[in-house]
Amino acid sequence: MSQINRIKGGLIDRSQKLEFRFNGRVFHGHQGDTLASALLANGQRLVGRSFKYHRPRGIFTAGSEEPNALVQLRSGAFQEPNTRATVAQLFDGLEATSQNHIGSLDFDLMAAVDLMSPFLSAGFYYKTFMWPKAFWEKLYEPIIRKSAGLGSLSMREDPDVYDKGFLHCDILIIGAGPAGLSAALSAGRAGVRVILADEDFVLGGRLNSETFVVDGQPGGDWAARALAELASLPNVRIMARTTIWGAYDHGVFGALERRTDHLAQSAGHPRQILWRVTAKRSILAAGSIERPIAFGNNDRPGIMLAGAVRTYVNRFGVAPGKQVTVFTNNDDGWRTATDLAQKGVRISAIVDSRDIAPLTSLPDAEIVMGGRVVDTAGRKGISTCTLANGQKIKTDCLAVSGGWSPNVHLTCHQRGRPEWQSDIAAFVPGQNLPANMAVVGTANGLLTLGEALRSGHQIAEGTVSDLGFTAARHSAPVADNEASGVSAFWYVGESRKRAWLDFQNDVTVKDVKLAYAEGFRSVEHLKRYTTLGMATDQGKTANIPALAIMAECTGKTIPETGTTIFRPPYTPVPIGALAGRSRGKDFRPYRLTPSHKWAKQNGASFVEVGNWLRAQWYARAGEKGWRNSVDREVTMTRNSVGICDVTTLGKIDIQGRDAAQFLNRVYTNAFLKLPVGRVRYGLMLREDGIAYDDGTTARLGENHYVMTTTTANAGLVFQRLEFARQCLFPGLDVHLISVTDGWAQFAIAGPNSRKLVQKVVDGLDMSNEAFPFMACAETTVFGGTKARLFRISFSGEMAYEIAVPARLGNSMMQGLMEAGAKFDAVAYGTEALGVMRIEKGHAAGNELNGQTTALDLGLGGFMSKKKDYIGKTLSERAELTHEDAMRLVGFRPVERSKPLVAGAHFIAQGQEANTENDEGWMSSVAFSPTLGHSIGLGFIRRGHVRMGEVVTAYSPARGGNIAVEIVSPHFIDPEGGRQRG
Amino acid sequence: MRYSALKVFTQGLTGNKGWKPVWREPDPKPQYNVIIIGGGGHGLATAYYLAKEFGIQSIAVLEKGWIGSGNIGRNTTIVRSNYLLPGNQPFYEMSMKLWENLEQDFNYNAMVSQRSILNLFHSDSQRDAFVRRANAMMLSGADAELASAEDLRRELPFLDFDNARFPIKGGLFQRRGGTVRHDAVAWGYARGADLRGVDIIQNCEVTGFDIKDGVCTGVQTTKGAIKAGKVAVCVAGSSSRVMAKAGIRLPIESHVLQAFVTEGLKPVLPGVITFGVGHFYVSQSDKGGLVFGGNIDGYNTYAQRGNLPVVEDVAEGGMAIMPMIGRARLLRSWGGLMDMSMDGSPFIDKTHISGLYFNGGWCYGGFKATPASGMCYAHLLARDVPHPHATAFRLDRFKRGYLIDEKGQGAQPNLH
Amino acid sequence: MIIDHPLLGPRDAAEFTYLGDATLINRPDPAAPDAADGFYEYLYLRDNPAGEHNELWYHEQGDRAWLVVSRNTLTHEITKVELARDVALRLGRDR
Repeated sequence: MSQINRIKGGLIDRSQKLEFRFNGRVFHGHQGDTLASALLANGQRLVGRSFKYHRPRGIFTAGSEEPNALVQLRSGAFQEPNTRATVAQLFDGLEATSQNHIGSLDFDLMAAVDLMSPFLSAGFYYKTFMWPKAFWEKLYEPIIRKSAGLGSLSMREDPDVYDKGFLHCDILIIGAGPAGLSAALSAGRAGVRVILADEDFVLGGRLNSETFVVDGQPGGDWAARALAELASLPNVRIMARTTIWGAYDHGVFGALERRTDHLAQSAGHPRQILWRVTAKRSILAAGSIERPIAFGNNDRPGIMLAGAVRTYVNRFGVAPGKQVTVFTNNDDGWRTATDLAQKGVRISAIVDSRDIAPLTSLPDAEIVMGGRVVDTAGRKGISTCTLANGQKIKTDCLAVSGGWSPNVHLTCHQRGRPEWQSDIAAFVPGQNLPANMAVVGTANGLLTLGEALRSGHQIAEGTVSDLGFTAARHSAPVADNEASGVSAFWYVGESRKRAWLDFQNDVTVKDVKLAYAEGFRSVEHLKRYTTLGMATDQGKTANIPALAIMAECTGKTIPETGTTIFRPPYTPVPIGALAGRSRGKDFRPYRLTPSHKWAKQNGASFVEVGNWLRAQWYARAGEKGWRNSVDREVTMTRNSVGICDVTTLGKIDIQGRDAAQFLNRVYTNAFLKLPVGRVRYGLMLREDGIAYDDGTTARLGENHYVMTTTTANAGLVFQRLEFARQCLFPGLDVHLISVTDGWAQFAIAGPNSRKLVQKVVDGLDMSNEAFPFMACAETTVFGGTKARLFRISFSGEMAYEIAVPARLGNSMMQGLMEAGAKFDAVAYGTEALGVMRIEKGHAAGNELNGQTTALDLGLGGFMSKKKDYIGKTLSERAELTHEDAMRLVGFRPVERSKPLVAGAHFIAQGQEANTENDEGWMSSVAFSPTLGHSIGLGFIRRGHVRMGEVVTAYSPARGGNIAVEIVSPHFIDPEGGRQRG
Repeated sequence: MRYSALKVFTQGLTGNKGWKPVWREPDPKPQYNVIIIGGGGHGLATAYYLAKEFGIQSIAVLEKGWIGSGNIGRNTTIVRSNYLLPGNQPFYEMSMKLWENLEQDFNYNAMVSQRSILNLFHSDSQRDAFVRRANAMMLSGADAELASAEDLRRELPFLDFDNARFPIKGGLFQRRGGTVRHDAVAWGYARGADLRGVDIIQNCEVTGFDIKDGVCTGVQTTKGAIKAGKVAVCVAGSSSRVMAKAGIRLPIESHVLQAFVTEGLKPVLPGVITFGVGHFYVSQSDKGGLVFGGNIDGYNTYAQRGNLPVVEDVAEGGMAIMPMIGRARLLRSWGGLMDMSMDGSPFIDKTHISGLYFNGGWCYGGFKATPASGMCYAHLLARDVPHPHATAFRLDRFKRGYLIDEKGQGAQPNLH
Repeated sequence: MIIDHPLLGPRDAAEFTYLGDATLINRPDPAAPDAADGFYEYLYLRDNPAGEHNELWYHEQGDRAWLVVSRNTLTHEITKVELARDVALRLGRDR
């Protein structure tokens, strides 16, 4: 079979023959075809099966509103389910398969479901499948799920790449049909920055589908000339294959540009680009969508929208049938007959529901005024239709027109409600348009070509002058106003057979009536109960007729019955395009520590800490697993000296005459009297009195401090400090800047840390007297490298932190290790850091989790009673200070060899394990190589007065229950002699 | 009319002509014992349980629009009881148990599908937090199961185990969690309540409260004044607006949460899956669409719509854990208004005005709470004391310092 | 959304972090006899209006300024943007 339905004319390039496969069978088409037009050209009417009843379905439209002709495009990991054949541009080698059938498309075993349709009316599933109870998940639901859905995902990673970008313009024109082109000409000639976007791959809209004349030229030629002129203007960007799918706040639009979907291979190029278009003004010229009339068996392949039939004939050179019948309630439908007749396609009959004089006569066509199609026949495609008067008409294509609905979709994205315009029996854009949007052409209910061209011109000129530009002097393109009379006729009441409204979801007129009978009378109830408009076409052709039927049931007008509004996206958008490049390893940026390179060369395993990658431990040859390495790092640090990159801690530079005042208000403890050259631990509360961060602040000069925060809260602390500075205490002379990334910082801990530090600092006296615990200084290291030195300790050992400019971080790490070689210095990672801080009893992220108070943390002593600070007042609330509150304490297993589990809950011995008896939880655990057993920190009620008590650490989720003893959280050196030594 | 397979069959044979309205459309009476403001899931559930479990008569539900038009009709249909804190977890576990028997209880198939919920974790400290949560769940009698990355690789091979920016280290399953057909919950409760004599009055907006000397005696509505012994506000998303009419300020902000569904697909996902680093949760509906969502947009709004950055953020989250969904197309998005409370947890309480009750602050977790919220609110309305599983949800808790802050974010609603 | 930053001009709202009602500027006097109630109302209670709303946005990916944005919560229309520091000074906040 070869293109038996191909006729003369159209915008296809017959010199380019393209081969494609549908369900494995080879077909041919031409450049410029869609998959749908090529299938029709080859006489392939049956393309898919409907969602619920598995009814045979064909091609119904010629655009993105297609409900029926959904196919699976491409294969392997490129497989793309639910693709509308009507918008898929044909390319050589295209592969498509039909969806939603078991067995072949022709003999779908699931078609038997159709015979059961009386029992499958709208919402039947809400009334049954309830017994026996367990059967829903085990039996009914799996069957329903398997038969539901349409196409399939490949289950493999999407191999294509997607890009994103921003675009800006003065006027975004959405739709390049006659109204859009007319607007673009006016705006473009005036010199404003214009983006003209259209979802189609050939621009011109209905001008390419009709036989209209504009400015004395055939409409398609006029469109091509207009586009050529626009393309020559540097201020105009024409974007074909680009769908403006969402209208967001303040003139931001979501746009999807399809770059390689019309090619056999994307070949490494981005498949699609998600543009965020920011436009000062927008002009919606989205056209209108034809709607069907519902009658018995109106869903057979070969039954199509009348305007789509014209598109196939005029634009694609394809006759969808050899004996075409037109069924219309309006003047526009007649043009299908005249256009086809002119191309030599035989018109069997024109059936017009209106009792008026025929608009024209055609030699061979029977004309039935006041007629109705009540039924059709033909197993996999229409063969005859039956009229209300009993007459049967042989036909292989029934072109149906129920009038046109303005495409108001984008006008509703900010919850604008369309308004009913009874003379065209359609909803038009209402008053609440997105800001700075105007609507032109048929999208605004101006259904004739002349009006569309004029409105585009006028609105664009007005917009241009609003923007402060001068409109170019030219007049609107001129075209005759074609006949556009329409009647409000929605469905054929005489039909006894099922009459479809939502083709894809199999919602029929009866379903709407049933919804009414059962009380689902609001439009939203109707949609939700029957699934009307919930299919991939979002009810673009179905919603209005269904609404009209509900209006008839309720005895109200259509606008009284309700409207349905639309939400983004206009047409479906691939998730891959919305994600763009942010996937896989590029999901979020990596932040690398300054010593990353050194760490990598020295056996480090890395761990994600927020966006940072930190060295977790450094494995040495012969070590069996991470515990070996971590134990060694801890032991060597505690015995001699260890070095850790702690750059990730937040660092905030604070300067100004009132810096001390400022610190005194944001920390719970006193900061007014911190001397220059000294560091102090500080605790911060949220204003609600809960502890959220701690760190140290060093006073480097009279009016100069540097604060450290935890890694996790670096950004948040800075934000809150800026809030306090700008909003709460705007009169303080203080300035802040984040220097986290500016300084590489290393902790040097262990009994030999002083010796090591003394070796690398330039001439600073490191003796305990000259540089005691909590001292700080600005100095140089390694012979002139600018550095900051702090004597602070997180491990509990004698320890220092040295900061140098970040770019020197890697050499610094190397230098420190070399200088430390004679002390057997060891690099340690986050695991050893964690072990040592647990041994020392320092709180970290697991304890400062935003749910604990300073009292809970055992830091009550840091809450100054002499001053106000953020969080003070509310920290005094009764429930945060009562006797029974949690306290941070240490835990060790009664049976020392057993491991503790973080996340265990504490239950007093002998009590039943339930929520009421829950006394707290284990927040952090580690194996202490120093003590030789597992240790933990955790919160338990009144923990500070329960030392020595044995409780159950309940953890059925992991590790099981064990008996643990409450001990001091300071497992190592509780007096702090080591860090001060 | 009792629903059953037999009924569907006999009706099918007779042209489906015998189905009756699922609820009546009565005019309001001048007076009721209890008026519930808000015909959403929680309001309808409250009416149902008040009538069924507590034997209260003369109840009206007043709905501004159509019933189920609030968040019961715009959510991601997930049910679970995987909370951490003792103020929450027993309540949600009670809700889970009510879900498990709901359909037989109200004779309506709401498609309660216990297909499991999985929370992925990506770091050791996140695992520790999930272990704490899992144990808290088990203490309340709920089920919880910790899975290793290897377990997950076997069960969900399509997750990104090999190329993820934040490697999957394991997950917390609640096998009893799952999804429920959200609209059907509203309809089932409405039907059950209507059958027990509750008047469900749609298109009836409350415009004011009749409050005198600290006592609420009724409401003014667009359908006239109605007197009531007790007035129960249940309008999450609009709580501040309605309670302002009674002069009450709330610890609540209104925010929008967007949610999304793809085109229908043959079965892909067995249960609900959530990402542990970005905000992303997804399940597949019985119709085949992937239903997913992420974080709230994060600014105060009553507009029932969101913006593009969050759409992108959610899609990124999805691609980060399951890059096989790249070619699935987002079909529809919607925005629901959330009562975001100051600690992320709800309120079911009396107010200082006698006869005026408040239920709200559900953040984006209200759907799963629907049955328990209805039951506990009904308990409070019928007996004037909180249900034992809802004692924490008091309006004065911030004054006292009793915070039910699952996420530890403090008094900033958009962080919960 | 687009926020017209008083110093930097129109910027994409995605560059900002949102805090909430601008009344958070009005931190109560901790020395007042009813400070506990004052702080409770300040931190927890909100008008949460449907309509004009003055709110705090932080230009995190920009100049780190806190802004007071007047935005309509029904339409999202922004009618005014000021530096929060200016607003705070005008409200009499100082040191």
